[in-house]
Amino acid sequence: MSQVRNDKPFTLAGRTYQSRLLVGTGKYQDLEQTRVAIEASGAEIVTVAVRRTNIGQTPGEPNLLDVISPDRYTILPNTAGCYDAAEAVRTCRLARELLDGHNLVKLEVLADQKTLFPNVIETIKAAEVLIKDGFDVMVYTSDDPIIARQLAQMGCIAVMPLAGLIGTGLGICNPYNLRIILEEATVPVLVDAGVGTASDATIAMELGCEAVLMNSAIAHAQNPVMMAEAMKYAIEAGRLAYLAGRMPKKLYASASSPLEGMIR
Amino acid sequence: MRIQLNGEPLELADGQTVAGLIAQLDLVGRRVAVELNLDIVPRSQHASTVLAEGDRVEVVHAIGGG
Repeated sequence: MSQVRNDKPFTLAGRTYQSRLLVGTGKYQDLEQTRVAIEASGAEIVTVAVRRTNIGQTPGEPNLLDVISPDRYTILPNTAGCYDAAEAVRTCRLARELLDGHNLVKLEVLADQKTLFPNVIETIKAAEVLIKDGFDVMVYTSDDPIIARQLAQMGCIAVMPLAGLIGTGLGICNPYNLRIILEEATVPVLVDAGVGTASDATIAMELGCEAVLMNSAIAHAQNPVMMAEAMKYAIEAGRLAYLAGRMPKKLYASASSPLEGMIR
Repeated sequence: MRIQLNGEPLELADGQTVAGLIAQLDLVGRRVAVELNLDIVPRSQHASTVLAEGDRVEVVHAIGGG
């Protein structure tokens, strides 16, 4: 009972953030929905993908970064869709050029299209090169505590295990592995992937995650803007519950109203 | 001369620069990044980087993703 936890600010690469919710920009109906949902989420860190410019098509079309301005948000470019280390490193270098020397990246190297499970071997290879090249690497990985530890030791600034497969919305599939990762954490641990609804985000935060990154749970909700707001509260509730420390679970009842003074 | 732009062949005038290519593609002022034969071409060097036959150029931008 005496183990009340002190709140610590959420800091990445020397910058402190008020919001512990990080959101993606994929799968929305259009840029306007993206903009409004992200605003409702209160997120300050927003992930984007890097892709070939469509040559000669719709030249006047607004750019994602016109809507999600790097002046207002911390842009976190990802390497989604990369299946080997070399491709991921190239993507990060392009992203840094695109964002005028901004070093923060979300490294993800995938293994398989059906599961989008991380290829940890290629992930580690890419992380080594990127860290040496001055990037601040937030790394998407499996929920293997040994790999998580190794990535932190290498110098990744945040370790982001999946809670469930990308885009499944299955929630926190293995809270016990996450607990082990969190107990050993030497850098911020964020759940990335798997969250389906607000309670999942709360559970991740109650476990002690520093923050949660999500995309589909908001973008594929029936009402993305409302879900974005729900997620904001879910993250705050989970963080407060984590700091407050939950009551112990008991098998038998324990009356909440005093027994003295009963009319009989 | 012929280069590969984003994986597709493209005919260009000899001596064309990266900046010239960006202008030709109507991308002036857009937030894009350029890679030439696997190396980044910093924005400050677009005007001075001359393209050559067989160059592989990638022009990328940010899109929605998670």
